[in-house]
Amino acid sequence: MRARWLIPGLVVGILVALVVACLLGSVPLPPARMATALLGMGEPGDMLVVWQVRLPRALAALVAGGALGLSGAALQGLLRNPLAEPGVLGVSAMSALFATVALFYGLAAVIPFALPLAAIAGALAATAIIAWAAPRSRSVVTLILVGVGISSFSGAIMALLMNLAPNPFTLADMVTWMMGSVANRSLDDLALSAPFIAAGAALLIAARRGLTALALGEEAAAGVGLDVARQRMLVVLGAGLATGSAVALAGAIGFVGIVAPHLVRPWVGHDPARVLVPSALLSGLILILADITVRIIPGDTELKLGVVAALIGAPVFVMIAIRRGAVR
Amino acid sequence: MSEAGLNVIEASLSIKGASLLSQASLALNPGELVILLGPNGAGKTSLLRVALGLARADGGTATLAGRDPGALTPTERARAVTYLPQMRDLAWPIRVRDVVALGRFAYGAAPARLAEADTIAVAHALAACDLLALANRATDTLSGGELARVHIARALASQAPLMVADEPVASLDPRHQHQVMRLIRAFVDRGGGALVVLHDLDLAALFADRLVWMSEGRTLASGSVAETMTPHWVEAVYGIQATVTRSDGAIRVLVGR
Repeated sequence: MRARWLIPGLVVGILVALVVACLLGSVPLPPARMATALLGMGEPGDMLVVWQVRLPRALAALVAGGALGLSGAALQGLLRNPLAEPGVLGVSAMSALFATVALFYGLAAVIPFALPLAAIAGALAATAIIAWAAPRSRSVVTLILVGVGISSFSGAIMALLMNLAPNPFTLADMVTWMMGSVANRSLDDLALSAPFIAAGAALLIAARRGLTALALGEEAAAGVGLDVARQRMLVVLGAGLATGSAVALAGAIGFVGIVAPHLVRPWVGHDPARVLVPSALLSGLILILADITVRIIPGDTELKLGVVAALIGAPVFVMIAIRRGAVR
Repeated sequence: MSEAGLNVIEASLSIKGASLLSQASLALNPGELVILLGPNGAGKTSLLRVALGLARADGGTATLAGRDPGALTPTERARAVTYLPQMRDLAWPIRVRDVVALGRFAYGAAPARLAEADTIAVAHALAACDLLALANRATDTLSGGELARVHIARALASQAPLMVADEPVASLDPRHQHQVMRLIRAFVDRGGGALVVLHDLDLAALFADRLVWMSEGRTLASGSVAETMTPHWVEAVYGIQATVTRSDGAIRVLVGR
């Protein structure tokens, strides 16, 4: 069965993409020197390029993408809807807002884990509102509109913060944050977010069995023995942790959580439980590739990763929405 | 009343001031097929939910497998009784085999990970419902009749002693209605107990061991087809006149005159 090769294939793809990410960049680095640097035996200059610049940002793209892909797939299973995604539902925006507040009001400088914690708190707040609204509205449209509301609200407060920004440097930082980028990420940044992403991922993977049951509808899922309230709590918590820490790492990158599950689904018989892990791997791979693209496009200012992700993801979102409209 | 049965005595339920049930009673034991009849809005689904412990009654008592159904964990409930609510579209076009495998959810199984006992139960359920040829099909390619059979197979795979089905034959043609009812009848003949909500009086007369008549939140009558399938109860419950004919042991209802 071809599904068996899906996960190994994606892992190989990720490894290849990581090597390519270490090879390509503004400073030319031949494969042999890159390899010795990667093994920790290269010249200091090469070591710096690989270990301080290229590998950390590729890993950050992988981890953030993985967290967003996993959260997207899990939220889609919970809400029984392929259009649910942290970006579309306003989870990333709320998370970025909380992170910005923590960052620019000096909390992050005082308390070491303040940045990821604030981002997670924002993500949890938004996810909780959505999970609370979901069973009350049978309609998908309502749910997306709730997300649009959360997004707009966060955007408005963000605009206010930008308006009040004390200097142009702070403003530029905020823009980076809103658009999403993994430029200048270090292994320390990665270590700060990784435990929370791991915790969120563990919760979501532990709860994946219930997502298949929810395909039947909440009443029937309860009938086959699912504790629906507990399931909702686990997914909200898991997606909030994973998305929040991904935002703390890379800013608000939208739409990756929609593209990857959409591509994976036909391979796994549309089972929402089996979609999770391949979605995480695929969206990690997509973000590494998008980040390589961002880096090799010539120009003075780098294109933001979130912009590239939206350029790919938004059309897919529109396509899924139109197709669903045709079915119903 | 047996330990394995399901029992509701004089349950009342009101939500936001509207009375959904008033002193409604219901019993289901292994080895019998009980059909619950009543017009839309009579409170049939509410009564089922109270019996299953999914809704808590304001008054009255309920027992399921000898215990208070509201105190059962979802897993315990699913092992005691398999519940088929009114059919809704599946959120994803998952495979037939995976839907049936969800019947094993209460035993810790997931469609991706089935223990040996689960695999056997799923295979038996697929065979019993004549679904082996469709096992790998996506559910969005099935007809309504096939999908109804998939849900029955899911119920059978759970191997629970009782089955509660809310309008399992809604929007099916007569052939598929009979097919689904025969599957439920076979389950009862093997020793199971089934409680089925139906709107078709002829179908009810053909398959029921016992009828429960319900109207405006009350259970008005409970008894065999011969005793209660009468113009009196049809009019009392549905407010329409009917002629009931008996020929060769079969009971037919002619509604409207």
